[in-house]
Amino acid sequence: MDHRPQAWGRPRDDVYGPYDASYLQTSGPKTATQSPVVTGTSVIAIKFKDGVVMAADNLASYGSLARFTDVKRLRPFLSTSVVGFGGDVSDMQYLDRHLTELAIDEAYEHESSAAGTSGGAPGGQLNAANLHKYLSKLMYRRRNDFDPLWNQVLVAGFDGAGKPFLGSVDLRGTAFAAPSLASGFGAMLAQPIMRRHAATDADAAALSREQAVQIVRDCMKVLFYRDARSLDRYSLAVVTRDGVEISEDERLEQQSWAFAERVRGYGTQVV
Amino acid sequence: MAAMFSQNPLMNGPNYSFNDAPRSNAPDGAREHRFDPYADNGGSTLAIAGADFTIMAGDTRLTSGYSINSRFHPKLFKIGGSTADQKDATLVLSVVGFAADGEALKERLDAICKMYRYRHGKPMSVKACAQRLSTILYQKRFFPYYVHAILGGLDEDGKGAVYSYDPVGSYEREQCRAGGAAASLIMPFLDNQVNFKNQYVPNSGEGHALQERERRPLTRAEVEMLVKDAFDGAVERHIEVGDGLQMMAITKDGIEEIVLPLKKD
Repeated sequence: MDHRPQAWGRPRDDVYGPYDASYLQTSGPKTATQSPVVTGTSVIAIKFKDGVVMAADNLASYGSLARFTDVKRLRPFLSTSVVGFGGDVSDMQYLDRHLTELAIDEAYEHESSAAGTSGGAPGGQLNAANLHKYLSKLMYRRRNDFDPLWNQVLVAGFDGAGKPFLGSVDLRGTAFAAPSLASGFGAMLAQPIMRRHAATDADAAALSREQAVQIVRDCMKVLFYRDARSLDRYSLAVVTRDGVEISEDERLEQQSWAFAERVRGYGTQVV
Repeated sequence: MAAMFSQNPLMNGPNYSFNDAPRSNAPDGAREHRFDPYADNGGSTLAIAGADFTIMAGDTRLTSGYSINSRFHPKLFKIGGSTADQKDATLVLSVVGFAADGEALKERLDAICKMYRYRHGKPMSVKACAQRLSTILYQKRFFPYYVHAILGGLDEDGKGAVYSYDPVGSYEREQCRAGGAAASLIMPFLDNQVNFKNQYVPNSGEGHALQERERRPLTRAEVEMLVKDAFDGAVERHIEVGDGLQMMAITKDGIEEIVLPLKKD
């Protein structure tokens, strides 16, 4: 019996002849992610008076198959920021591990200073604007290596001046900030609704937390009505100076599909 | 890539980003496995040199296809100040095209100018910075920064200087230049209004005797008016231009920044 790990699970040489090990060599071109596989759909977020509200549904699709229905796509960072992921789920999990490691290093680095501050982002620690810059550099580096992380990421929290911050980074490293942001289908369906309430930072600063949450809930409903890769269970995060609150088992309420029978022009019905 | 920087809308369409999307040659049903590292984020820039000033301008819209990603994403950057707030900067860089490359280019040039200032104890001249920017762009000749860069400042004699670049580093000093999505709309206007092209002295003669209007440097008020008019025109006719107009006036007293509203439609 051959007990070497290399032989585990392989046909026995003494019975089947020597194993053709050439199949195990990794030769040929490097195969980086060239297209997303398991994906998450839109992430949406809007700023308000004292922070930012963000939402994303709990679905990870495998093409058109609703594959995983309890996936957490909003992640807290240092309990001062929230990162929302759209796009490839495995790349999201890689980024999540990376950010967790970064957060632990940061927490050690600023252990003493963190203890002294009351509420809000502890002095010296990475805030949301810093994290946004960091992620944009990371994503841009990966696109330069032709090995992109196939995500669009929203970052919510506060900037260096203590004002609410909301930024986005995509798989090419394009980074930008705005009073309201949405990725994927959300950019077409949710963004116009959010912009009606927060066209500018001044408008956003006039919104209360309750208003912002209600706007985001309405947008999630619109997205569920029209985005075929979405789910009625979603996560909702609210970032304020007091910290991050994430609720991961929200459900869409008061749905009305009455509009559906009036939809004409495609599908099985003829005019 | 050719289409994006083309100044010929008749041949290549109106320079929208989606014209640059790689057209698939793959047979029906086959999936194309290629990551396109470039995108076009729209927007337009403009620079005009005067006798003792330079005015740089750019809109603040960031687009992706038909979507507006952000209504305030500046394309103009002060370069080579001694601190991060760029209080004592003397140069301005404008970048338009692929925003991520623009950001990376700006940060590299800024870092290099800061190192120069630290080592030599003086800010970099526009001429030196212009040559260095060309080198930076050409270093990525085979994976270019997908941007139309314009560098503005004051030369050794205190005159306005504008240097414009193609994505791989070819550059030239000019009186004025428009870049980006609406370059083909703005540049002919500038040729006529800044360099007085096709302007003649009335009743100066027929045929070869006809005299061209004499060229003169424009005043700052005239240039600011031209910039606003150019952008109002571009906003009217190009969907990727709008939201805000960011202007920077470089004079011997420093850099003055002005942000004005543009149409948000």
